[in-house]
Amino acid sequence: MRLALTAVLLAWGGTALAQTAYVSNEKDNSISVIDIKTMAVTQTVKVGRRPRGITLSPDFKHLYICASDSDAIQVMDLASLKLIHDLPSGEDPEQFTLHPDGRRLYVANENNNVVTVIDVHSRKVIGQVDVGIEPEGMAVSPDGKIAVNTSETTNMVHWLDADRLTLLDNTAVGSRPRFATFDSTGKTLWVTAEIGGTVHVIDTASRTERQTISFAIPGIAKDKIQPVGLRLSADGALAFVALGPANHVAVIDTKTLTVVKYILVGRRVWHLALTPDGSKLLATNGISGDVSVIDTKSLGVVKTIAVGRYPWGVAIRP
Amino acid sequence: MIRAMGLALAILMVTTAAEAAEIGLGWLGLRPVSDRPVTVLDGPPPADLGLAGLRQAIADNNAGGRFLGQSYRLDAITLTNEAEAEPALVRLAQSGIRFVVTDLPAPLLSTLAALPAAAGLVFLNSGAEDDSLREGQCRRNLLHTIPSRAMQADALAQLLVRRNWKKWALLVGPAPEDGLRAAALRRAARKFGARIVAEKPWTFTRDAQRNAEGEVAALTRDWSYDVLMVADETGEFGDTAMFNTFDPRPVAGTQGLGASAWHPAHDQWGANQLQNRFRAQNHRAMTELDFAAWTAGRAIGEAAMRARATDPERIEATLRAENFALAVYKGRTASFRPWDGQLRQPMLVGWARAVVAAAPQEGLLHPITDLDTLGTDKGENLCVLH
Repeated sequence: MRLALTAVLLAWGGTALAQTAYVSNEKDNSISVIDIKTMAVTQTVKVGRRPRGITLSPDFKHLYICASDSDAIQVMDLASLKLIHDLPSGEDPEQFTLHPDGRRLYVANENNNVVTVIDVHSRKVIGQVDVGIEPEGMAVSPDGKIAVNTSETTNMVHWLDADRLTLLDNTAVGSRPRFATFDSTGKTLWVTAEIGGTVHVIDTASRTERQTISFAIPGIAKDKIQPVGLRLSADGALAFVALGPANHVAVIDTKTLTVVKYILVGRRVWHLALTPDGSKLLATNGISGDVSVIDTKSLGVVKTIAVGRYPWGVAIRP
Repeated sequence: MIRAMGLALAILMVTTAAEAAEIGLGWLGLRPVSDRPVTVLDGPPPADLGLAGLRQAIADNNAGGRFLGQSYRLDAITLTNEAEAEPALVRLAQSGIRFVVTDLPAPLLSTLAALPAAAGLVFLNSGAEDDSLREGQCRRNLLHTIPSRAMQADALAQLLVRRNWKKWALLVGPAPEDGLRAAALRRAARKFGARIVAEKPWTFTRDAQRNAEGEVAALTRDWSYDVLMVADETGEFGDTAMFNTFDPRPVAGTQGLGASAWHPAHDQWGANQLQNRFRAQNHRAMTELDFAAWTAGRAIGEAAMRARATDPERIEATLRAENFALAVYKGRTASFRPWDGQLRQPMLVGWARAVVAAAPQEGLLHPITDLDTLGTDKGENLCVLH
């Protein structure tokens, strides 16, 4: 039955694909494959231990998977859904980001306080940088010149020259910074601070903070509002923030930098991804073991899809 | 593993440019010597219990401090007797140290904190669980990162009441601290709606390992209860109470199911990072004493980082500020209660091999923060700071 289903899927995978989402299940050691059109899981693929951060290659042929407890970054061929090789990752990789050149992968190694840069073509480590304690979030500016890393216990953004791997500057942010992303112009860096309960909007040129955004949801203790994942809408008008155990996704107007809506999702909402057409936002809910699909126009949940145990990261290809 | 050399250089440049300023932390430790034989299972306790946690905090602080031009120095003194305490304190104070992390018996800590040499010092108590230090004997220059017995008992009570295991039988050991532990358990029972339905002192003097089966069974034979609570801080009999009760009943308190600020099996909320760092450095699991000392050291580091300052007054002000928030790998932030100096933080309720639940339990209501359902709250607390 299962084999037959796989065969059908593979045949179908060869033709023009609808949008497909990949979700890493931290405690199931698997990736759930979701067809966005039918909003259903079509396949679950076993991968290395404790998969967390995942990202797609620019040509959408490969999925890179941080298998944290296997101390490896695994590369999955998306046509066959087979793991084709590992990249040398350094210890305990958690999050990473691919440089716009599609070649250099910047990996936060949580256990040994370094950022490792890997050439995904030669599969070699081409550099390592010492950063603060428990490096976590990684981002590269759209022009490819700057890489940033957030360290969870040092509570800073470390600014690195992406080519020379030298430390340029540090910006203090709220406690346990988890995730960083540049806006499409590269002028602004957005950082979430899980324990600080804040989102920090930082000016890239001056590396100083422009605004701290806090959250308040009636009936939810302030310290349970823990921002983790963040995504900016395709037009840059909205920022979506996963608030962890507060079980909501906050929607921020990026012009006024104020919260315009809180969307109720599943339990311990962790990371987010937008569909390439920008119409839907997927949110992984760790404790409830599902993914909420949010319509980015109506700002409501249109579907909840059960996946594996403790879904963590999500990536979507056209 | 390959390391880019240029990197290390770059960090050095940033640090020297900022001219690293030093923050000194002191450690005063004196663990009471137990006259009980060492158990085959545990062996002797590690000599650096607690101190190892502070060392970890210094390393963590320095890893972040180098980006800000802050460096942390530890001056650790492990005492062999109480008479050494005062000269040691004077020496620390004279060397310019203003923050002293301590693992000392409560009466000694009280005496030291009242000395003229202690003026201008802040003590971070990471060892004494005595409620008296948070109430009648409280002082303005005493902060506590180790939970009080009241906090521990409240956390345990919350879980048991949630399970509807509300009828407690209590066995109280002979040591003075066992009496304090029993008092905390009785108080927690009243607070959360449990009942002590039976209580007896443990009076057996024979080796419990050999006779406990008969003794515990005989003691508990006529009781009708849900949970056997043991107040046995020195380990007289608690470990043998389990599976030796007359009726099949769980054991909780100082042995069996207990509440603590840290647990060696705790791995949620990023805790495995700290557990791994600690184990790599010390080749053993992190205990509650290690964690309390780590928390004390990190609290100073966090305050210095937030204040962007190395002068002690500004660090202390930040430490005591209402919005101070320390990440402690338990899903919620920790901060100091202004009324008694106790660190408010989530607690872990577990047995030797696993964490069963975190406290405060979901659904407990409190006008300010449910973290203050653990320990003595403002209003019921007897502390008058001086």
